[in-house]
Amino acid sequence: MTTTPTSLDGERQGLLRVIPRDGEPEPDLSTLGLKEEGLRELYRLMALVRRADLEATALQRQGELAVYPPLVGQEAAQVGSAFAMERSDWLFPSYRELGAAVVRGVDLVEYLHFYRATWHGGTYDGPAHGFGYVTVPVASQILHAVGYAMGAKLDGHPVATLAYFGDGATSEGDFHEGCNFAAVFRAPVVFFCQNNQWAISVPLAAQTVAPIWRKAEAYGFPGVRVDGNDVLAVYVAVREAAARAREEGLPTLIEAVTYRIGAHSTADDASRYRPDEEVERWKALDPVDRYQNWLSASGHADDAFYEQVEAEAREFAAHLRAGVIGSEPRPVREMFEWVFAGDLPQHLARQRDEALRFGAPSEGARDA
Amino acid sequence: MPEVTMVKALNQALRDSLTDDPRMLILGEDVGKLGGVFRVTDGLQGEFGTERVFDTPLAEAGIAGVSVGLCMAGWHPVGEMQFDGFSYPALDQIISHVAKFRNRTRGRVTMPMVIRIPYTGGYGGAEHHNDSPEAYYAHTSGLKVVTPSSAIDAYQLLRASIADPDPVVFFEPKSRYWSKESGTLSDDDALPIGTARTVRPGSDCTIFAYGAMVARSLQVAERAAADGLGEVEVVDLRSLVPLDLDALASSVQRTGRAVVVHEAPMTLGFGAEVVARLMEDAFDYLEAPVLRVTGYDIPYPPATIESNYVPSIERVLAAVRRVIEY
Repeated sequence: MTTTPTSLDGERQGLLRVIPRDGEPEPDLSTLGLKEEGLRELYRLMALVRRADLEATALQRQGELAVYPPLVGQEAAQVGSAFAMERSDWLFPSYRELGAAVVRGVDLVEYLHFYRATWHGGTYDGPAHGFGYVTVPVASQILHAVGYAMGAKLDGHPVATLAYFGDGATSEGDFHEGCNFAAVFRAPVVFFCQNNQWAISVPLAAQTVAPIWRKAEAYGFPGVRVDGNDVLAVYVAVREAAARAREEGLPTLIEAVTYRIGAHSTADDASRYRPDEEVERWKALDPVDRYQNWLSASGHADDAFYEQVEAEAREFAAHLRAGVIGSEPRPVREMFEWVFAGDLPQHLARQRDEALRFGAPSEGARDA
Repeated sequence: MPEVTMVKALNQALRDSLTDDPRMLILGEDVGKLGGVFRVTDGLQGEFGTERVFDTPLAEAGIAGVSVGLCMAGWHPVGEMQFDGFSYPALDQIISHVAKFRNRTRGRVTMPMVIRIPYTGGYGGAEHHNDSPEAYYAHTSGLKVVTPSSAIDAYQLLRASIADPDPVVFFEPKSRYWSKESGTLSDDDALPIGTARTVRPGSDCTIFAYGAMVARSLQVAERAAADGLGEVEVVDLRSLVPLDLDALASSVQRTGRAVVVHEAPMTLGFGAEVVARLMEDAFDYLEAPVLRVTGYDIPYPPATIESNYVPSIERVLAAVRRVIEY
């Protein structure tokens, strides 16, 4: 295990990795903060996420989801980070964090209602899971994570937040404002960037010049660069960052270097802008295979365990498929129900009455 | 009766709400030690502490965006945009999140926040300090849009806005900030948000106005009476969203004529909405076309010529004359 770079000279120390490559010594598990069960749980979660993500993509191809942004290749980054946070912490996703949702126990049918166009934000109970709502305007959720952390700190709650975002988001003003606010207010935030190398068709080199993790220096807090396809490295980096946030009020910017194996979304054609050879190179670094190989080689899991996980993943995906396909559009009256608290204002009551009168049953909407 | 300015009234409303609601926070640029560039938050940091009344970095999207997170954590933030013209960086957070969270989360996560925006010109301000951007917000579903015209009402409306469970964009007419009024600041007999107020009854024509243009419309009504033109009713909308549709219709049912006055530019300004509602709800009662007297569809002009832009007594009076003599 390489030394965790918690200081601003992290560049010298390079990329944090924990899973050893051929010939490298085994990591000292006692410093990871993970027991045997935890090691296996990380694999189980990644396997469930991989299977659920593939199922969601298939559901979109079959017309059951309107759109879906695959996360293949980013399982370690999402599972490792979400698993490292305490249950009382909050995660603020963008739109590609199905993996973090699985870790938080969010019902994926309710999550996928966003992508089935059943309801914006899905139908899941975010506060019950400490999991924010699918956020599409790039980087905007970062400020919500900072605000929540400021609020929790005002309450004296020992809570940290983690903001998920991508490499493209670091170009947005909300990223900058979020980092700056967190530093000024010493808000307990982990800024977790999944640098998957592509913002739709724009490669990292055209997005930003300075290494992402080094931008932390400008805000006055640590930046860390971690192998985002190494679930243990991600886990270690996030756990340390969250502890630092809670205990010292010091935010951390983590750049998890990973790769988007799939297209930006099911509506995107990645072959128009990136070479197959690049994708193949990264497929060889598959985070799930890599972790499984190490677990097996180091004797932390046996075939019976993998068979059990495989069976669970099959069931998980089948449940997901059945739930998605079996769901109906929401009744028309719900379009008006939560715009404001209390009784509808007069102008909206009139419009609701019109919508109910005309409806759109031919397009599949149920009667109110 | 004591005399009070709108700035003092707003200051007292914030103070009283901070006292009543231990979850309320004030954040913004220079709202702390300075008390805001208009002194609306004067003294509040000293009374309530730096945890509940605090300066932020100079970043409006940040103010709105962290307010979303603060709401999620159970706080009731009252954010200040220093000037109308500086509020635009926050529009994405306000439109994409503040306005939509209750709906997006099926009522699970609500946004009980107030965003205060000083607006209007007419006070000699530099460029970017004179805008009337209320229509952008009124056009965004999920926001309430409120604007007082007097000190007493400013107190009551701000108190009600802070207590409201939904996000309220609260527009403060700068040109009325320092006008002195007689009256007592109290919640007694307060009209709720969504209710218009007839500030001057009349029988021959209604002027619908809000914010700074209510005082201007009252001057017009006095002139119309003095000139023998007729008795002009003045209705202060107070709340653009929700809009008091019944008040619009019932006034015109009595007067048969209407003029809408606002300082914002004409095209797609809030006056267009008022006119359309009158067409829908009071067409049979109208004796004349409804006219609008507004700012022009140009960038707000420099202060030395701004009096040619802000609706004047003469311009509004001419419109009233046109509809009465139609």
